[in-house]
Amino acid sequence: MTPKRKQRMIFVIVLVVGFGAATALALFAFQSNLLYFYSPSQIEAGEVATDQMFRLGGLVVEGSVARHADGVTTSFDLTDTADSITVSYTGLLPDLFREGQGIVAQGKINTDGVFIAQEVLAKHDENYMPPELAEALQAAGGSHPESIPKTQ
Amino acid sequence: MIPELGQFALIIALCLAIAQSVLPMWGAQTNNLNLMSVGRTAASGQFLFLLIAFLCLAYSFVDNDFSVQYVANNSNTLLPIYYRISAVWGAHEGSLLLWVLALSGWGFAVAVKSRSLPDDVIARVLAVMGMISIGFILFTLLTSNPFDRMFPAAAEGRDLNPLLQDPGLVIHPPMLYMGYVGFSVAFAFAIAALISGKLDSAWVRWSRPWANIAWVFLTIGITLGSWWAYHELGWGGWWFWDPVENASFMPWLVATALIHSLAVTEKRATFKSWTVLLSILVFSLSLLGTFLVRSGVLVSVHSFASDPARGVYILAFLAVVVGGSLTLYAWRSVQFSTGGRFEVMSKETMLLLNNVLLVVAMLTILIGTLYPLFLDALGLPKLSVGPPYFSAVFVPLMLPLIFLMGLGPIAKWRRISISELFHKLKFLLAIAVILGVILPIAIYRDTTIMTSLGIAAGGWAFATAVYAVARLIMKRDKTTSVFKSLSKVPRALYGMSVAHIGMGIFIFGVVFTSAFSDQKEIAVKVGTSVDLAGYSFLLRGVGPNQGPNYQAMRAQVDVTQDNVPIVTLEPEKRVYTVQRNPMTEASIDEGLFRDLYVALGEPVSPGEWGLRIYYRPFVQWIWIGAMLMAIGGILGATDKRYRASANRAA
Repeated sequence: MTPKRKQRMIFVIVLVVGFGAATALALFAFQSNLLYFYSPSQIEAGEVATDQMFRLGGLVVEGSVARHADGVTTSFDLTDTADSITVSYTGLLPDLFREGQGIVAQGKINTDGVFIAQEVLAKHDENYMPPELAEALQAAGGSHPESIPKTQ
Repeated sequence: MIPELGQFALIIALCLAIAQSVLPMWGAQTNNLNLMSVGRTAASGQFLFLLIAFLCLAYSFVDNDFSVQYVANNSNTLLPIYYRISAVWGAHEGSLLLWVLALSGWGFAVAVKSRSLPDDVIARVLAVMGMISIGFILFTLLTSNPFDRMFPAAAEGRDLNPLLQDPGLVIHPPMLYMGYVGFSVAFAFAIAALISGKLDSAWVRWSRPWANIAWVFLTIGITLGSWWAYHELGWGGWWFWDPVENASFMPWLVATALIHSLAVTEKRATFKSWTVLLSILVFSLSLLGTFLVRSGVLVSVHSFASDPARGVYILAFLAVVVGGSLTLYAWRSVQFSTGGRFEVMSKETMLLLNNVLLVVAMLTILIGTLYPLFLDALGLPKLSVGPPYFSAVFVPLMLPLIFLMGLGPIAKWRRISISELFHKLKFLLAIAVILGVILPIAIYRDTTIMTSLGIAAGGWAFATAVYAVARLIMKRDKTTSVFKSLSKVPRALYGMSVAHIGMGIFIFGVVFTSAFSDQKEIAVKVGTSVDLAGYSFLLRGVGPNQGPNYQAMRAQVDVTQDNVPIVTLEPEKRVYTVQRNPMTEASIDEGLFRDLYVALGEPVSPGEWGLRIYYRPFVQWIWIGAMLMAIGGILGATDKRYRASANRAA
């Protein structure tokens, strides 16, 4: 092999190995770290397994927010206007969490059908509605004064 | 009157940009000196008029001119004057104006500092920069004019988003933009080289410091963004793998590859086409970042009101720039000579591996960021790619990179002997491994394999960077003093060393914060205390506090350690008068070895409040390390040999 060829070979081998390793890594990490988005209706329809981590979006039902005795566990209902799911969350809720507000929670469904949230996301704008949520609300046939998607 | 003046200045700047992109390019092709010299004049004029436009907008903000729609949407008479000025770039239209101002500023700098460059090279470089300017000024004028009036004028402004009312945000966007658009210089140099077919050592000596300086700005910009998120978002985190963070991190990774590849091209006249490709790639990623942030396809705190026309425009512009430059690259890059030969085991190969790892890391982030958008566009199920994905792919790619980072500076060009390299570095490797095991156990009585590996990686980066300079001192002949030989070390080598030391410190910060942070989210009665990480947090009281444009509830939290008072933290829950959004204002006691961080939640019952308390060890090291990287970049860019080439013709 001429030195020039050899140099090219180094290039090609390094590139192939590098990109191959990255693809493998990415695919492997992808499998276990994708979070799907579901609406309460889809859960009622049995589309979600109990041990699966996913994102749940909906409007916080008026009057459903209850605080437990420990002071930091809250439960509330999320609705897409067709169905609703009870969510339980331990920790301080975000600034913009309030009744009637559209939020997204991340967690798992337990065997009692309660969604145990590990994270609750509410964005910093009272008019904000996550696009997934706006679509889910539309799919459920609901209309809500705040259901116009608007990013800040 | 002033806003119209601004708009007029913007239009003149557009005309100058058109002249700047057409005439010098034509002159360079036909060898017409007069046409070529238009470039410098037009670039300076463009900068002047964009500066006028920018100052006009700033004046409208300071003057509370609410007949200008953009001012009315983003300011308020109660807004303090410094935030009124930073509000100029607080939303889409103004930040775009800042973007084009930064772009023309770089063009002006090139025009002024380029006396020693051949006329045809500088003509082409300025022409390419002029084309980019046209694209962005047109974008501003057509889809996002900050000078649009509204009738009737608003009586009062809608105020700046409270999240953006923070000192970190005053300087974060300008720095980030200076970095983004700074790569337009390296890009323009690459395109000029492709057109002319000339890529010699003078080209690299010219391109390299510009790329370095742009990298410095980008580094500072990202660091400030992270610092702002830590202070302002109230979650105690410094990096979220948020799509918008990724949008700025992707060009950074490739830019880091570029500044290393430029080193090989300068010293060994090889990797030429690769360097040109990276230059194109970095700027393309900067544009992609702009598209992602500005088009509203991403949902985050950064994405301003989405307007489909804007997204389509930037996407089309991106397609023209990336498509055009890659076509040019495919057509013209074969002409560059392959430079010096090298063996498999050589500094060249290590820097090549560095480049591959950085580009691959960028690609994995690109996939994670764009995949949900692709699925969405295809109408497939909604999903998101969370931080665990990014950590899972990023850490395994960074470990070999950091290992190479220690070997690279010590390794010789062309060929190295493994045994010799091992002989030189075995001592440092041993120190790094011992440090990885001992340090976490000594401080926290605990470690895991990943923690020890991480600390060892940081120690390795640190020790080898020090050694890269120290070995020159150790080799000095006996007659020269240490001080004298230190002053003889090239500044570029110091730059590399300081940047790598910064990386080591950064890694220490990341590993310790990830492994040994502690936190509590808890309801606390006034007068009672909470223990965390050996500190006691006493909630002494909560009372109202009036700010210039907000009302707040402010808590007093007395922190003690073994009954010794440390600090009183005063976190606030603010409600801004105009936008009515509640905002958490965390209170942080910053220290070299730990931050104590308290955020105030909602009242749980009378006299009982939710508190978020965080203990964040070594978190400041993250930003200290990143700033050292930036300082290293400045040292590298101001090395004697670049100043010499700039002064030669001056």
